Amino acid sequence: MKWGVVVFPGSNCDQDCVHVLQDVLRQPTVTLWHQETGLRGCDAVVLPGGFSYGDYLRTGAVARFSPIMQAVARFAKDGGLVLGICNGFQILLESGLLPGAMLRNTGLRFICRSVTLRVERTDTPFTNRYRPGQIVRMPIAHNEGRYTIEPREEPTVRGQAVFRYCDDEGRVTEAANPNGSTDAIAGLTNAAGNVLGLMPHPERAAEAVLGSSDGRLLFESMLEAYAHA
Amino acid sequence: MTARVVITLKPGLLDAQGKTIQRALDALGFSHITEVRVGKYVEVDVGRGTPASVKRDVERMCKKLLANPVIERCRVEVVR
Repeated sequence: MKWGVVVFPGSNCDQDCVHVLQDVLRQPTVTLWHQETGLRGCDAVVLPGGFSYGDYLRTGAVARFSPIMQAVARFAKDGGLVLGICNGFQILLESGLLPGAMLRNTGLRFICRSVTLRVERTDTPFTNRYRPGQIVRMPIAHNEGRYTIEPREEPTVRGQAVFRYCDDEGRVTEAANPNGSTDAIAGLTNAAGNVLGLMPHPERAAEAVLGSSDGRLLFESMLEAYAHA
Repeated sequence: MTARVVITLKPGLLDAQGKTIQRALDALGFSHITEVRVGKYVEVDVGRGTPASVKRDVERMCKKLLANPVIERCRVEVVR
């Protein structure tokens, strides 16, 4: 399975993703520069975290016009696996590949800490290695992570939620919601299920030495999904 | 011609910055304020066109890039 990690000007988690894919999971991995017009035969694409285009105008708003994003959109439409982490999630929202939008955290602060998440669905290509309702730990690091959706779309989107912020016992409470996201959504897929965006960083939680390896299962789920596709 | 674009969050969405400013103003004694909303201001200079065509163009820019229709609304005013 060949992986592509997209690099925009201002991406800063691209090498963390490459490290996990290449060194931890031993997968062939290439970086794709934002000016490229194709995906070089990759079987899965990762849009990493960072501050693409300096977060000008809105987070992810400018990155979506990169030539590579046209290729990513075509790939997603054809059912290819696309994972957007943090800024990558914001880019997917701005591109319309995922529903909704991001607002500034309710507390107006950049939050950088570990959070607990509840796995809401395990029937997706991104979560098949998790147990239903499993509580996992991953770090978040963002200023614009308040997921928002138009009220009329909320019921639909709720079913697409894959990760929700929760407390240590798995309860979804207001106190456990770090940024004020609607329905405490930390990550969700598109309707077809082949595109996932999430604010937490699975690539920073893929090795026990870093405090949690819960994020590794996400990448392994994608491997599993691809192997059985 | 210049188009002035004001972008604000849609009504009903929590404007955390606006709320913080309102609390600060309240602390300064401006207690009669009912709401503060924070937005963005963009000026677009356009080389040619009539006021109506410029307004139409800039409104299209709003839909495609300047604002995110999920969370924001735009007001366009053409001057000069």
